[in-house]
Amino acid sequence: MFYREAGQFKKSYAADMAVFPILQDRIGIAVILFIAAVVIPLTGSTFFISSVMIPFLVFSLAAMGLNIVTGYTGLISLGTGAFMGVGAFACYKLTTIFPNVNIIIWIIASGAFSAAIGAAFGLPSLRIKGFYLAVATLAAQFFLEWCFVRVPWLYNYSASGAIQVPQRTLFGVVITGANASPTTRYMVLLGVVVLLTWVASNILHGRVGRTFMAVRDMDIAAELMGIRLLPAKLLAFALSSFYCGVAGAVMMFLWYGGGEAADAFNIRQSFNILFMVIIGGLGSLIGCFMGAALLNIVPIILKFGLPAIGIAVASETAEHLNHLLVGGLIIFFLIVEPHGLARLWQITKQKLRTWPFPY
Amino acid sequence: MKKYLTMTALAAVTTLAATAMPAQAQDSIYVPLLTYRTGPFAGSGIHIANGMHDYLQMLNQRDGGIGGVKIAIEECETGYDTKKGVECYESTKGKNPVVYNPYSTGITLQLIPKAAVDKVPVLSMAYGLSAAADGTNFPWIFNPPATYWDGASVFIKHVAAVEGGLEKLRGKTIGLVHLDAPFGKEPIPVLEAMAKKYEFTLKLYPVPAAQMQNQGSVWLSIRRDRVDWIYNQGWGAMNPTAVKEAVKNNFPMDKLVGVWWAGGDDDARAGEAGAKGYKTLNFHNTGNTFPVMQDILKHVIDKNLSQAKREQVGENLYNRGVYNSMLIAEAIRTAQKITGKKAVNGEDVRRGFEALNITEARLKEMGMEGFANPMKITCEDHSGQNKVFVSQWDGTKYVKASDWMDPIKDVVRPLIEAEAKEYVSKDAGWPKRAVACEKAS
Repeated sequence: MFYREAGQFKKSYAADMAVFPILQDRIGIAVILFIAAVVIPLTGSTFFISSVMIPFLVFSLAAMGLNIVTGYTGLISLGTGAFMGVGAFACYKLTTIFPNVNIIIWIIASGAFSAAIGAAFGLPSLRIKGFYLAVATLAAQFFLEWCFVRVPWLYNYSASGAIQVPQRTLFGVVITGANASPTTRYMVLLGVVVLLTWVASNILHGRVGRTFMAVRDMDIAAELMGIRLLPAKLLAFALSSFYCGVAGAVMMFLWYGGGEAADAFNIRQSFNILFMVIIGGLGSLIGCFMGAALLNIVPIILKFGLPAIGIAVASETAEHLNHLLVGGLIIFFLIVEPHGLARLWQITKQKLRTWPFPY
Repeated sequence: MKKYLTMTALAAVTTLAATAMPAQAQDSIYVPLLTYRTGPFAGSGIHIANGMHDYLQMLNQRDGGIGGVKIAIEECETGYDTKKGVECYESTKGKNPVVYNPYSTGITLQLIPKAAVDKVPVLSMAYGLSAAADGTNFPWIFNPPATYWDGASVFIKHVAAVEGGLEKLRGKTIGLVHLDAPFGKEPIPVLEAMAKKYEFTLKLYPVPAAQMQNQGSVWLSIRRDRVDWIYNQGWGAMNPTAVKEAVKNNFPMDKLVGVWWAGGDDDARAGEAGAKGYKTLNFHNTGNTFPVMQDILKHVIDKNLSQAKREQVGENLYNRGVYNSMLIAEAIRTAQKITGKKAVNGEDVRRGFEALNITEARLKEMGMEGFANPMKITCEDHSGQNKVFVSQWDGTKYVKASDWMDPIKDVVRPLIEAEAKEYVSKDAGWPKRAVACEKAS
């Protein structure tokens, strides 16, 4: 009824192949963007923006990165946290060495450093698959984590071993450091995330994305069709690490504002993002946002939302509940719907199309 | 469309959650406690959380708060996780908090730049960034009664006292077993400076966080290197493991000295009978015989207002929490005295901390005679470099095993100032001290 595509004719090949071929979807995206860019900054409380929306966007970006390599190319990576860390440290080094260059440029550029390291650790992927590859990326995680603690050059020899995010401005507005307002940081982050999502969507819908999916579905067949596996797999790793690197940089600069970086980019972070991808949906961009939203917002609702509506839950109980719930969700999705929330959304959409007269 | 609906619904719920929290009435002082009763460090965190909560609760029950104003206590679970800690900070910031106790080095580092902007002081009691003791550059951060650097210097002083003088340190080998994280690496600059000055050899034994409970190889190296004294800068599961390994390797227990955070009763119990003699630095006494502890038992434990078991009252880390809350309460009391206001805010309490001067007479008044030492904070020195002593495990509890000792101030203070200057120089936007100095009352 509301979601009917009758009467929407595609008059060109481009219109038929569009990412959002249906008018309702386009309106939906426009509304979401409007809410994200106008309504939330104007009406959201500081807590909502800085503890719900900013982490949600950062994790969405990281999940997108992991989804490129795991969901689209079928290569398991457990090094997400470390690749995020590479981005954060690269951005920190770049902005302290060249303080006059705009921080946004460094945030994007730090992704390139992460991409290079990601590609290097992606090399074994040509020979090994599945669990063995997971172990190889696990090695990347531990090695890089070791570097974050043991290479004092990375944190500019500070005695506390922590990154200190300096104050940087964009068009005269302070966007990093303690003096940046959460709303400004949120707006900058939103800009970065929207831009990179658009780029990812274009890459994944094009030739490169099809290459990735061919490799995922059957790499021997892909090779027979003329896809060179090594460049394809390395590109997937590089692209994935690029997104993770940018996510790490924005995490440190626009969300955390400095601190113990080695602690923020540990193995738990890698798993956390893997869970987001699994629950959200492997091989789906919208799933990244759904997974990040679920894993990020559920704990906050349990911890702060329940007491606010009058259900007294001790905060440690909420913490335990959260662990139970996330664990349960992962098992549920792995068994019932391996394609995650994104698949559920697709099914709903299909049902909505024919509602109320299914035929 | 459905997604859009659910997202707006979600946004609405969370916005509601964020705004619907009841505004604090003006007739109370809001003290958020960032604690951790879950996660890998809960073993230490629970005792501290109980101690902090119970002392403030006792003031509410016995005196009706501080200066007649009730204290609104709220615990927020951090799980020792920086992300969750900052969430707690953001969610409680709007309720007019007077002070934050991050209870983790990671969370402290996060809050340091925020404190001056949000105008709420941070009390990182004997943890966090040592350099923050420089009040000129860090007016909103307080780390009394002593920093990790002071602690390390007291350890060296204790070694010298046992060995028979600072000149006897020459040629000795002193090891530092530390968590391989910013917290664990804190004492290194001071120990290095002193190794040079007193000509002893310093050996470092880092323990990665993932290997906290697997220190076999570390202690093998210690045996091989024939280390004379060990300083243990550990936390959580790392401490009982270190004690156990030391016992197993026949390391003389009275030459193993932990930082004050390595002084949990459970840490020493892990070594069973062999742990007798284990030492740890301390700045308050243990036991529940002090009048203040009796008041806690009477007004809080007996009324079932605490999560602590009766026998835990008086353990070292529980008393640590009590000491922490005493500092908060005294800062609030001092702030009330300076400003003449009853319901003080964060800015007032910052002034209260800066003028904090706990005398022997005041300790007696609080029922803490013999529990703690007089201490003082000044405008320039936010840690105070107060006296510390060495506690020793006698098999069932910690007992005082040395006199109160001053840190080696002439080594530590220049390092603090240099490090503070460096921290500030790295951040172009670091604010100049914008608040006036407070004179001690």
